[in-house]
Amino acid sequence: MSSDTCAYDYYDEVITTPLYLLLEKYPLSADYLANHRLHGIDLSKTLTDALTDEDIDALEEFGLDVDGLVLHFCKFLEAFTLSQTCDLGKIHSLTIIGGMDKSGVPENVSLTLHPGEIVSIVGPTGSGKSRLLEDIECMAQKDTPTMRQILINGLAPDDERRFDTGGKLVAQLSQTMNFVVDLTVREFLEMHAKSRMVSNVEEVVKRSFICANSLAGEKFTPDTKVTQLSGGQSRALMIADTALMSASPIILIDEIENAGIDRKEAIKLLAGNEKIILMSTHDPLLALRADRRIVIKNGGISKILVTSDEERESLDKIEKIDRVLLNLRNSLRRGDVISKDSVCEIKEESNEQL
Amino acid sequence: MKLITVAGPPSSGKTSVILKTIAALGLPKRSVGVVKFDSLTSFDNVRYSENDVPVQTGFAGKICPDHFFVTNIEGAISWGKRKNLSMLITESAGLCNRCSPYIKGILSVCVIDNLSGVNTPRKIGPMLKYADIVVVTKGDIVSQAEREVFAFNIKEVNSNAKVIFVNGITGQGTFILAKYFSEVPEVDTLKDRTLKFTMPAAICSYCTGETRIGDYYQLGMLKKMEYGD
Repeated sequence: MSSDTCAYDYYDEVITTPLYLLLEKYPLSADYLANHRLHGIDLSKTLTDALTDEDIDALEEFGLDVDGLVLHFCKFLEAFTLSQTCDLGKIHSLTIIGGMDKSGVPENVSLTLHPGEIVSIVGPTGSGKSRLLEDIECMAQKDTPTMRQILINGLAPDDERRFDTGGKLVAQLSQTMNFVVDLTVREFLEMHAKSRMVSNVEEVVKRSFICANSLAGEKFTPDTKVTQLSGGQSRALMIADTALMSASPIILIDEIENAGIDRKEAIKLLAGNEKIILMSTHDPLLALRADRRIVIKNGGISKILVTSDEERESLDKIEKIDRVLLNLRNSLRRGDVISKDSVCEIKEESNEQL
Repeated sequence: MKLITVAGPPSSGKTSVILKTIAALGLPKRSVGVVKFDSLTSFDNVRYSENDVPVQTGFAGKICPDHFFVTNIEGAISWGKRKNLSMLITESAGLCNRCSPYIKGILSVCVIDNLSGVNTPRKIGPMLKYADIVVVTKGDIVSQAEREVFAFNIKEVNSNAKVIFVNGITGQGTFILAKYFSEVPEVDTLKDRTLKFTMPAAICSYCTGETRIGDYYQLGMLKKMEYGD
């Protein structure tokens, strides 16, 4: 809770500084003025001097008078400078201490994850994957139905931290997500960068764009509307944007197997950006790339498997199969005729296996 | 009895959020009740009844919905007490983006959905600005970036609010919301309490049933637009 005493820190500055200087120092002030229909205000004056009688009448509709506006503006400045400095703090580790499944059987597990690590989650639909996610999101302290406990950096977070981070701990990416804003790719990335208050907007936007394009099967331009992107392009943009711009230290990826993007690169990108990645998937190519996988059954963690050497060896073969399929897909896209040769090699190999 | 007021644009997910939060509260059956203030029709009472939640519905009809809310809220308290509720939640649809049915000292929750566009928080006004908690729904179908920008735009309008993302279908996020609900102080009466924001001025000739158009018929409190060239 921000107290009024802190807002007063900005009080003297706000009443003595001409608006154009305030806007230079705190660019977000422009939004504040626009939100209160004050975008046409005389910027060479201070806020209180610049207000016309008409502006003051209009303020009433926002439930503010001149003094109220100044204080409210100070609070606004305080809120946004504060969130810049004490975002989430650095997360070095996330620990899940088991509770119990739906039948009350203890989970008997303790799992610690570090940034850059990838863990896959497997289990049938409705087995309790989203419950696990929610426990992480609200940093459960043996007070959710599963009785699990979540530790951050080895410690139980205090209540304030638990409830103030609301929604910021876990970023989510899933097959069912869409873009709804009517903006171009560039505008979209700029908007996100602005809300993250990054100082070098142009550079971050450029990096995210290049990155998204390298993941996408089919390339797109920065002037494409985000709503016109194909499924694969959308997913690529979401992944690049989440990896490079999201505030969340933990990312949950839900079923992105058929997305038409370079999955291997996408996962590498996310892990490379010091994120903890939880990946709910049944795609062997992705699941086996994780270091460990959590098996969920009946609402509980039934076991945690470490990816074995044998599984890793199989991964090479699976990649080969995948590459054959990818080539076939590309041939179809080019309008080629699929020859017998392009599939038979793998076919024989898989027969041997059987 | 604890009292919580929930407001939000039509179809933003208020009923789903309330139902899932009631489930997350884990209080005895029929001890949490809902009073729904709507304007013309509502089908939500069916959903509440199906979930065994005691419910009353009131229709503002030709009365301004927020005036209707404030003149009936004390009756809601009496009903809740008669029903021996331990918690009463009021649900009202914000219709003109001008008002907020919020009372000082009573937990005020605003429900808005991600699909309504990233700039919506900047347009909603007092209903959002005076809320203690802003619940954002339908986040599961938009991109992470849009969720983040949406939350940021909420913070720009109401920097004191707690922003909570709730999935109205799975109930994800209601755990924290329920925690806030269960922490509100008990109220016995609302007499002499005040609203957080003034109700709209509704004293022109059209308020009293005038339908004809023209300067001659426009009496009372009026506001004329200034058009550009």
